[in-house]
Amino acid sequence: MTAEVGTELPELVVRVTRADLVRYAGASGDFNPIHWNERVAREVGLPGVIAHGMLTMALAARAVTGWTGDPAALLEYQVRFGRPVVVPDDDSGAELTVRGTVAALLDGGRARVDLTVTSAGEKVLSLARAVVRLG
Amino acid sequence: MALDRALVGRSYPPSAVYEVGRAKIAEFAAAVGATDPVHHDVEAARAAGHADVVAPPTFAIVVSLEAAFVVLADDEVGLDYSRVVHGEQRFTHHRPIRAGDRLVATTTIDAARTVAGNDLLTARVELATEDGEAVCTATSMLVARGAA
Repeated sequence: MTAEVGTELPELVVRVTRADLVRYAGASGDFNPIHWNERVAREVGLPGVIAHGMLTMALAARAVTGWTGDPAALLEYQVRFGRPVVVPDDDSGAELTVRGTVAALLDGGRARVDLTVTSAGEKVLSLARAVVRLG
Repeated sequence: MALDRALVGRSYPPSAVYEVGRAKIAEFAAAVGATDPVHHDVEAARAAGHADVVAPPTFAIVVSLEAAFVVLADDEVGLDYSRVVHGEQRFTHHRPIRAGDRLVATTTIDAARTVAGNDLLTARVELATEDGEAVCTATSMLVARGAA
């Protein structure tokens, strides 16, 4: 793995279906019905069922851990939840695209990676950044 | 109602112990598509230098978000739970969370402000072992949207 400022991480494209939301709800303990119940989601003004922000954050992390090859090398990770990811009630779900760029080399053999996470052409996370330990 | 800045620095008593299980790590890893064997296979984790299987980077939320929600139960904070959404999240890992960890969460209000009618409250959750070893700092910014 080479890292210099401007190095681009391999792009990650991942699909999220309603079944993935139910699975994440169980695994995380976040059973907020806006992530699985269309009626409740619409009642609170959403266009439909949306993905857990924390699921989007977790999926985006895979672009980083896949690049470093070591999940424990992700030392710091932060995101702002900008726009909800609406997950339609069909078999293909929503598509997320994660791109990452090395933004800075830090002391101690670390690097800062800035992530861009989009769905349906819109940015869904902002200020998404990770600090990783390099090889 | 604007958030009271005097809330900044308020800390809450430590949570009950959360014992991290191998099956829970594997379940969470599967739910987020984290296929690295260090999450699923003890031998692979040991070969990578870990004492046991390690959790994916955002696993701490399983423990920390509930801990952060103590601020919502605090009447003096007065956030309207029904209007709260998750605005930002940050993790600083002091070391990976691994199976067998007995974690205690301690929550502190790091920031409280009202912007354009929305209440923004930042809760910092320190996850440590019950012996006091720092494991992860998980910071959640919660937003209570102002009534339109």
